[in-house]
Amino acid sequence: MDRLVDLLPQLWAATAETLYVASLSLVFGGLAGLFVGLALYATRPGSLFPNRFLFGTINVVVNFFRPIPFVILLVSVQPLARALGLPGIGPVFGIFAITIASLFAISRIVEQNLLTVRPGVIEAARSTGASRTRILFRLLPREALGPLILGYTFIVVALVDMTAVAGAVAAGGLGEFAIVYGFKQFNPAVTWAAVLVIIVIVQVVQFTGNALARRVLRR
Amino acid sequence: MTLIRLTGVTKTFPPPAKDAAPVVAVDDISLDVAAGEVCGIIGYSGAGKSTVLRLVNALETATAGTVEIDGRDITHLRERELRELRGDIGMIFQQFNLFDSRTVAKNVAYPLEVARRPRAEIAARVDELLRFVGLADKARSYPEQLSGGQKQRVGIARALATSPRILLADEATSALDPDTTQEVLALLKRINEELGVTILVITHEMDVIRTLADRVVVMENGRIIESGEVFDVLSAPQHAATKRFVASIIEDVPVGDQLRTLHDRHPGRIVTFTIREGDVTQADVFAALSTHGARFELVHGGINDIGGRVFGHLTLALSGDAEAVQSAIDAASSFAPLIEEDTRG
Repeated sequence: MDRLVDLLPQLWAATAETLYVASLSLVFGGLAGLFVGLALYATRPGSLFPNRFLFGTINVVVNFFRPIPFVILLVSVQPLARALGLPGIGPVFGIFAITIASLFAISRIVEQNLLTVRPGVIEAARSTGASRTRILFRLLPREALGPLILGYTFIVVALVDMTAVAGAVAAGGLGEFAIVYGFKQFNPAVTWAAVLVIIVIVQVVQFTGNALARRVLRR
Repeated sequence: MTLIRLTGVTKTFPPPAKDAAPVVAVDDISLDVAAGEVCGIIGYSGAGKSTVLRLVNALETATAGTVEIDGRDITHLRERELRELRGDIGMIFQQFNLFDSRTVAKNVAYPLEVARRPRAEIAARVDELLRFVGLADKARSYPEQLSGGQKQRVGIARALATSPRILLADEATSALDPDTTQEVLALLKRINEELGVTILVITHEMDVIRTLADRVVVMENGRIIESGEVFDVLSAPQHAATKRFVASIIEDVPVGDQLRTLHDRHPGRIVTFTIREGDVTQADVFAALSTHGARFELVHGGINDIGGRVFGHLTLALSGDAEAVQSAIDAASSFAPLIEEDTRG
């Protein structure tokens, strides 16, 4: 327990690192996933820009990457990061790997939530003379905003989980803290302290997401 | 003046499965709708009427034939031109299809935002429209806070936002209860009469046609099987499907059990004459029967007022000398269409 008190500065630093890695991953992965999700939605048969070839290609790529366990993807994309001039370890690499991993999951979440908008609503918009790009980029994301917020909340929780795994490649954060000071030094109290902080982060994220979604959905 | 003209229009959809035949939704249809008219298309689901409606605002494009709006062929317009065209054609839907993320006022404003109207103009127009449909107090409400009838009125205000000359109504009252249906139909009637908007309405309810339309087109299997003035089609339906639609609102001819009960009660012959304003009056029928010495009793019947013109049926039980009865029936049926069905035996 005394050891934990000694480690408190490191614990707070690790927390900050986790938040840093998770939030930047959310920005990059979230934007890329939004874009790919919109593309998936728009190109599917019967949608706004149906394109069998594009839809099939994106679909296969997403399906290829999505089931890869994160810890394996993490080490697999190391050469790619180095080829792009990025470091192969550390927080920046963690952000890189998590962005790639989350992009595919987020694109599916975006696609599914856009599909909850009734086709009749799109037809109504088209009947007013609205362009298909206007409907895709402006109307649809707004109409599906409530479920989208819940979807992104779900993914943020997964991102926090991934940052902990990325601790294995020295990406810093609570995962690394728990492994280095807790697991490797046989100090379960330290491990549990990291777990506790993660639980608090997840709860805060989930609470905020729910509150936002409730506001948007007005229920 | 013809505002909407369909000439030999066919719409084929790709086959639903491999090896299946393509689906012919609309099969060689020609239809003219005059400016200022309310034209109703009636048919069972799958008759192709929804597709006809979507051909008019080019949400669907014809496989063959031409669609003209105000003399302009729209079948080969480019996307940008089609969007402009749609700005001049409003559309309302069975499920209302309001934007849930927008307030009532913002729903009505949407077509004006699309048309890039100045903000002040949009606000004024939205105000005016909400007052027209009687929802000025709901401007800040969201769609889920409204009743079905109110939602449809928002849909109507949205469809009218850009002052279109044409309004397409896709089963606009089918999701509403009878009272609300009458309210919405009255509003549509007002839009036609006060604003001069040409309305093309599709429905499977003959009552909507009777209340609203000037002219009716009956569709079955992608084809037009009958069309004409509403009074003419309702008072003298030709096709079997048309007769079924008419029978759904006009129940003054006794059939089945009803007829059997009448026969049990009245031993003589039971005949039904059709009365039509302009052709056949009740007085003529009664006079013809009396002069031939037949005794008769009125046992069933009904009079319908369609657009201010009257038609109906009189079911009479005739008794007395069989020959006198026969000659009386012959005399009356020489000018009044006769229905006689014997269910005894």
